[in-house]
This record gives sequence, structure tokens and C-alpha cells, in this order.
Amino acid sequence: MKVTIDGVEHTVEPGQTVAGALLRLGRISWRTTRNADRPRGVFCGIGVCFDCLVEVNGVPDVRACQRLLVDGDAVGTS
Amino acid sequence: MAAANAAARAGAEVVLVDGEPTLGGQYYRGTPQRVDPAVEHLAESAVWAMEGLRLHIRTGAADSPHRTGTVVDADAVVLATGAHDRVVPFPGWDLPGVYTAGAAQTLAKSQGIAVGARVVVSGTGPFLLPVAESLVKVGARVLGVCEANSGTGWLRHPRAANPGKMAELAHYAGMLLKLRVPLWRKTAVVAAHGTDRVTAVTIARLNPDWTIRATRRIEVDAVCVGHGFTPRLELAVAAGCALKDGFVAVDERGATSVPGVYAAGEITGIGGADLAAAEGEVAGAAAAGSESTKSLTGARRFAAALADAHPIKPGWQTWLTPETLVCRCEEVTYQALCAATDLDAAGVRTLKLTSRVGLGLCQGRMCGRNATELAATRLDQAFFDEAALHRRPIATPIRLSELAETPLEPQEDP
Amino acid sequence: MGLPDVVVVGAGVIGAACAEALSAAGLRVTVLDRGPLAAGTSAAGEGNVLVSDKEPGPELDLALASLARWPELLDRVGHDVEWDPKGGLVVATGDPSLLAGFAAHQRAAGVDARLIGPAEAFEREPQLTRRVTTAVHYPQDAQLQPVLATTALLDAVRKRGGVLRPGVTALGFGPDGVRTSDGVVPCGAVVNACGPWSGAVSRALGAPIDIQPRRGMVLVTAPMPHTVRHKVYDADYVGAVASGDADLQTSTVVESTAAGTVLIGSSRERVGFDESIRVRVLRELARKAVALFPGLADVPVMRAYGGFRPYAPDHLPVIGADPRVPGLWHATGHEGAGIGLAPATGALLAELLTGARPHVDPQPFRVDRPGVLA
Ligand SMILES: Cc1cc2nc3c(=O)[nH]c(=O)nc-3n(C[C@H](O)[C@H](O)[C@H](O)COP(=O)(O)OP(=O)(O)OC[C@H]3O[C@@H](n4cnc5c(N)ncnc54)[C@H](O)[C@@H]3O)c2cc1C
Ligand SMILES: Cc1cc2nc3c(=O)[nH]c(=O)nc-3n(C[C@H](O)[C@H](O)[C@H](O)COP(=O)(O)OP(=O)(O)OC[C@H]3O[C@@H](n4cnc5c(N)ncnc54)[C@H](O)[C@@H]3O)c2cc1C
Ligand code: FES
Repeated sequence: MKVTIDGVEHTVEPGQTVAGALLRLGRISWRTTRNADRPRGVFCGIGVCFDCLVEVNGVPDVRACQRLLVDGDAVGTS
Repeated sequence: MAAANAAARAGAEVVLVDGEPTLGGQYYRGTPQRVDPAVEHLAESAVWAMEGLRLHIRTGAADSPHRTGTVVDADAVVLATGAHDRVVPFPGWDLPGVYTAGAAQTLAKSQGIAVGARVVVSGTGPFLLPVAESLVKVGARVLGVCEANSGTGWLRHPRAANPGKMAELAHYAGMLLKLRVPLWRKTAVVAAHGTDRVTAVTIARLNPDWTIRATRRIEVDAVCVGHGFTPRLELAVAAGCALKDGFVAVDERGATSVPGVYAAGEITGIGGADLAAAEGEVAGAAAAGSESTKSLTGARRFAAALADAHPIKPGWQTWLTPETLVCRCEEVTYQALCAATDLDAAGVRTLKLTSRVGLGLCQGRMCGRNATELAATRLDQAFFDEAALHRRPIATPIRLSELAETPLEPQEDP
Repeated sequence: MGLPDVVVVGAGVIGAACAEALSAAGLRVTVLDRGPLAAGTSAAGEGNVLVSDKEPGPELDLALASLARWPELLDRVGHDVEWDPKGGLVVATGDPSLLAGFAAHQRAAGVDARLIGPAEAFEREPQLTRRVTTAVHYPQDAQLQPVLATTALLDAVRKRGGVLRPGVTALGFGPDGVRTSDGVVPCGAVVNACGPWSGAVSRALGAPIDIQPRRGMVLVTAPMPHTVRHKVYDADYVGAVASGDADLQTSTVVESTAAGTVLIGSSRERVGFDESIRVRVLRELARKAVALFPGLADVPVMRAYGGFRPYAPDHLPVIGADPRVPGLWHATGHEGAGIGLAPATGALLAELLTGARPHVDPQPFRVDRPGVLA
């Protein structure tokens, strides 16, 4: 499957989450906080902490650890 | 799964609704599961609201605005929403590279990913052992497992006679030995260091109340923490189920205080996957108007003994500095929480709205219990109602457009 | 005769404002609440301080008096309560003449209500639906965070030597004082400021008044970049406030908070103290919000919360002495406007209790008007 992450194309296996793909690329944080501008990535890994938010196909506030990648997805981090 | 199977065997028409794309919950991640073919499985389906015995469901990719809405009216509902790791705060716990133990486990089991190359696991409870094992399996070097309690008390516990479980724990202990992962008892990670990611942790020898005796620092690139589990109670609270000691109160058949609503698994008490499955079987049968012959007594007793051996001791509160975040989402510091308690913010709503703790996207799932414990220590009189901590009538976020077109009634099949 | 010691029952925004005004006037005040401080209705609504939604009449007079007092009161108590005089924008998508007529009427009563065309409305709120036919800008409308405001008022009482007693329930009232779950608190006067529970408490205190709960729900979105600048309403808001129908009514009020979340309020239902969630109500709120701001469609809603607005049969606040029991006072029935109306209510109650000259006409709010005595 082909997806883009921040505009760059990558090949991923089916069953990978957005967080899984980002971590495989060596990225451990991909968002900054509203107030102190601190970096955040995965924390709870099961969809309850909302730290790992990304934009998928233009829609913000998607939990990277919950979202399975599908062919053609465009992931954006902020 | 166990509840659905038991209910189907008892002849009921069963729908199994679960947020994950595959069956199995937290335990069977990465290991394919099957249920009775008579069970209709709605995968990737989040129950976002409950009105009596009516479930409001969104089905589709997680957090997508294009999920479809369905409504199911049930004669009986078995809630088995599980738990998530509890993590008590410490300086630096918000740095990237700090994970919950469950996150490390999930990433290892279902994504084959090691969260780091040099990892420390810290917290309390037997769950830390399989986490260390999984980390090693995916190639991480686990420098040690910090167990804040003495971690052996339950071995001598008279009620703990459960051969199967003992064997499982012995297996993990043996495994650690074989993998050369040291188990450090009465020890904890009490601070994480780094600027944009964790590069080192402070490990402390603890007193029995978890206050710090002595510290040392070691270099790591990841740390995994878990101080027991917090049950996911929002649906149970929305349904109006009475709670007891922080879990859903159930009778021996899994019935809650609300007629037609049953509960099983970690939301009724933390006891591990086997007990959860047994409870599911009992509750599923009862919900279908039948009865299971399964006895839960022994397994429950063992779970209680384990829980007794792994308490969360108040000394963790001394690990914080004024700048330590208490609420990750809203970036509320310990200092800001103290300013609210100085104004006598002694109820859940007041504490939230004077300090902003718990108002973030996770809706207090990560911070609620920690914040109320910290506040209660500082207040003359606290009014922290357990149910109020879990009151999230919208159980999982739903996009405004999805809500605007949500069906109100079950759709008849064409 | 000297001034009495006063017990205020209820630590919501109204009780807090009364206690603040009484303590500022030099009286010794004790505030009781059966629960924690500032955790009732005042922690369950929004913090709109509005003149835009009110028809000319006594409530508007009280609102104008309150609006003038909030900034000065906040200066006096000295806490940040997220006060934001951001202004309101009421928009119509149907017949423009109704809204224009309503605004003209309000202008005559002293409200700054500026009729603007759709073009200026879009300039003020770029994300607004293009279906808008006309709009009225109310520069006076403001907002604050009600729990911070209540807590700030109570802190001022505490600093003047007043006593705050959370966890104490009022059970009765006699010559020696207020009977509570924690013994008798001696006093010469008691103020019933129990919000939607004021009816029950008035019975316990010996002089029943008719105050009922009217449920309201609010949706909260995830924090997002600032897209809504004013408090924006659809024009049918006014109709809902003034009506007594038990049926569900919603009219949209969309506004951003300091934390970046958007609040979407609010519904009005008479269902007693029933707290169970109703998806139909939430859906209605969502529909109207998306109709006003189509750009909000993809925003996640993370919470629904709500409470019970206290209302009297004629929808006016009840402020004053109870003629049946000497020493018993009421300050309640503020329905959906208690946050906005608090400062003038507190000041009026203190003026009446100390015999000072009232700053607004107390007659319309008196306790012994038709329908209130139960
Ligand atoms: C992250 C994590 C990893 C774990 N790993 C291990 C391990 O390796 N070994 C071990 O012995 N124990 C492990 N445990 C403990 C073990 O998971 C439990 O003992 C067991 O899974 C409990 O079963 P359960 O059915 O109660 O809950 P779970 O297995 O947690 O099942 C709950 C299910 O409910 C779903 N759900 C929750 N809310 C909703 C909703 N609103 N709508 C739809 N679906 C919903 C969840 O997606 C989940 O699939 C782990 C726990 C966690 C939190
Ligand atoms: C959804 C919603 C939105 C709203 N939005 C706005 C808005 O934008 N702007 C606005 O101005 N208003 C708004 N309101 C209305 C406003 O919240 C209320 O008018 C106001 O909070 C009423 O305050 P109160 O002090 O009278 O009552 P409360 O805040 O309810 O205080 C009463 C207190 O009395 C206590 N009590 C009860 N019985 C006893 C007893 N026997 N002994 C001791 N204590 C007792 C209770 O515990 C409670 O704390 C809204 C209301 C709702 C529900
Ligand atoms: S951590 Fe506090 S709301 Fe999420």
C-alpha cells in the first residue's frame, strides 16, 4: 500500500496504524501542545489519551494509534 | 467474546460491538480470534452513547467523519469495556519516549515495534512482566523492571492459592531470568530527563509508602510505566450502574444495579484475561436468561490478593515538582492544581473548572484519578464522587456532522 | 437595631454574589452549601453575560445594571475569570423584519443593538453561513467563566472574614438561626439561594415558593484554532427563552472559550431533575450549529454537559424578603441568566436587607407576586 506522510510517499503493510508507521520512520513525536508548544507522540497506545493526534486526508484530530492506514491515505503532522 | 459466545449458546440473538478492527480486546492483540458464527460482530464500531438499553454506534475508520451510524435496541446489554493503564505523574512524564506499559505491549504485539533500544519498565503489578517479555521479543534491551512494591507479598498470601495463575507468574519470573532482565523491587522511575525526548531517567529506591530513599540516573531512550489499571466506566456510568470501590458493582451473575445491564471483565475488577473471560461467560449466559456453571470465586480471590500486593502508595505525590504536569491534555501543572485547592475547589466540577484539569480531549481519563488524589491530600474536606470522574455521556468523540445526522431509532432491515 | 448576621444557603453564583455584597456592606456572612462550593447549576452552564436575548422589561433592566457592575466587581475581587467583552451577533436566516423589529424595541430600552447587513456579519464572522439575511451586533454582550467568577466572589467573602461551609445542608429556620446537618448556625437572616432546589429549600425554611428546574444541555468541541469570534446566535433564541413549553426547544448559541473549545448551547426542556442523556437533544444542537457554521462539521464533539435552570412561573427572578417568615429572604429563579444577573441581584438583595436605596426597582422581583408563593 502507498500512503503519504507529510507529502512524502511511503510503502506500508496492511494492518499498520498511523502511529506504527510513524514510529517505524523513527519519529517519536509529531505534534506540539497548544500552550507550551511541547512535543507529543504515542503515550497510551490504545486510544484513550489523545496525545498522538494527526491529520488524515485533511481531517484533524485523528488518533494515530487507532487509525489503520489504507491505500492512498495522506497523513499530516503539525 | 466470552459473553457473546455464552449468550449465543443460550439461544439469544447476539451482537458484539467493539471499537477495534479485530476481535480479542487488549489481551489477544496480534493473535486472531473467532466467535460463535451465530454472533454478529460489528468491528471498528464505537458505542458513543447509551440511552437505557439503546446503543448508539458509529462504524468505520477510527475518528473518521465518514463512519455510519446505527442504533441497536437490546433486551440486555453486557458491558465489557476493559481498562487502560493508570500512570501516576512524575517530572518529565510528558516527554516523547515515555509510554504506558500497555502502549509498549500493544505496539510490540500488534505492530511489531519496539518503543526503544534501551528501555526501563516501571510501575507496579504483574502486568509489567509480560510487557518486558514482549519488548525483548521485538528487539529492545530491557535494562530492568522497577516494581514499586515489594512484589512478592502475594506469594505468601493465604488466599492466593490458584495453581494456574501461579504457574503463569512463575513463567514470567523465569522468563525475566532467562532474558537477563533484572527485577528491581521497591524501586521506581521518579523522573524522566531530556529536552525533546527522553534520554535518561532517575530511578529511586523507595520506602514502603513510595517516598524516595535514594536515587541514581541511567541513560535510556524509552521508559514504559504502568501503575495498575483504570476501568473504562463511561458506558456503565451513562447506563446508571452503581459503582463500588471504583468498579461496576455486580452480583454473582454479573448483573449490575440497572435491570438488563450486565458487566464483566476489568470494569468489575482487575483480574487478568482468564478471570475476565470467565466473568464474560457468566454474564453472557445470565443476560440471555440462562445460567453458567462456572465458579468465579477462586479466580476472584486470587485477583484480590494480587491487587492487595500491588497498591498505589501516596508517596508518589512527593515525586512531583511544582512544574510537573498533572493534566497532560490541558497542560495543568501541579502548582496550578494547588492554586485551585487553595480556593477550596473540592468537587469534581469545581476542580475541573477552576484548574482546567480534566477538560481536555481525553476527558480526564489520564488525569482524573491522580488529580483528585492530589487535591484530596490538600483539602480539609473533599467531595470527589467516583461516578463524576467517569461521567462522559459522549463516550468517544463524534464529529459535529456525524451527530447532526445520527439516527435516533434502529433501522429496519430492508 | 444593628444589622443581622446572615446565613446564605447555596454557594452558586447567586449565593456568592449576595454574600459578596452583604460582606462588602459590613455584615457577617456564613455561606452554606450541601455540596462543594460552586458546583451546582453555576458549574453546569455557560458564562454568557447578555443583554441581546432580553426583551424590554424588568429582566433587561436588571441585566443592564449587572452588566455595568461585573467589571467593577471583578476589579474589586481581583481574580482572572476570563472576562471577555467580545460582543454578540444575532443572525436571521429567514424573514429579516422580525429581528430588526426586536432590535429597534431593545434600542429604545437602552440596549446598544446595531442592525448590520450580511456583508458586515461575514466580515465579523468569516465562517458564518452565507444564508444569513440580516444580523444585529450587540457590542455589550460579554462572557466569563462562571466557576472562576463564583469562586472569586466567595474568596472575597472569605478574605473579609466570612465563613464558607461546604458539605453543610440547610434543614430549617427558626428564631435561633438556621438548622443544618451540622447543628444550628445562629443568625438574624437567611438567604435562600439554592438555584433549582430553592423550591424544596423554601419548604424546609417554612415558606414555600414555586421554583422549577428546566434542563439545558451544552456541547463542547475539541480545542481548535479560533474560528468563532463573537457569541453567535440564531434569531429564534429569543422565542425559546420566553416560552413555557415543556417540549424540547433548542436555539443555537455558538461561542469560543479562552481554551479554544467551542461551546454549543443550549436546549430547554422541562423534564424535572432527570439527568439521562437524550441523543435527540444533542442532535438538534449539532444540526443548528452546523447550519450556522458549516465549517464546524468536522470538529469532534468531546463532551455534553448540562444542568437545571431555576425558573419561576412568570420567568422573572425572585429577589427579596418573604412576607410569611421574618428574616427569610430569597434570591433565586434566574433561569438561563443567573451568571449575567448575579452582580445586580447581590447588590439589590444587600440594599433591601440593609435598608439602603435600591439601585433597580425591586417591585417586579418581589416574593409575594402572583404565582410565586406556593
Ligand atoms: C494496553 C493493554 C495491554 C495488555 N496486555 C496484556 C498482556 O499482554 N498480558 C496480560 O496478561 N494482560 C494484558 N493486559 C490486561 C488484559 O488486557 C486484561 O486482563 C483483559 O484484556 C481484560 O479483558 P476485558 O474483556 O475486560 O477488556 P479488554 O480486553 O480491554 O476489552 C475491552 C474492549 O472493549 C472495547 N471498548 C471499550 N469501550 C468501547 C466503546 N465505547 N465502544 C466500543 N468498544 C469499546 C475496547 O476496544 C476493547 O476491545 C493488557 C491491558 C491493556 C490495557
Ligand atoms: C445549560 C445551561 C446554560 C446556561 N447558560 C447561562 C449563560 O450563558 N449565562 C447565564 O447568565 N446563565 C446561564 N445559565 C443559568 C445559570 O447557570 C443559572 O441561572 C445560575 O447558575 C443559577 O445560580 P444559583 O446560584 O441560583 O444556583 P446554583 O449554582 O445551582 O447554586 C445553588 C446551590 O444550592 C445548593 N443547595 C441546594 N439545596 C441546599 C440545601 N438544602 N442546603 C445547602 N445548600 C443547598 C446546591 O448544592 C447549589 O450549589 C445556564 C444554565 C444552564 C443549565
Ligand atoms: S490528561 Fe487531563 S484531560 Fe487529558
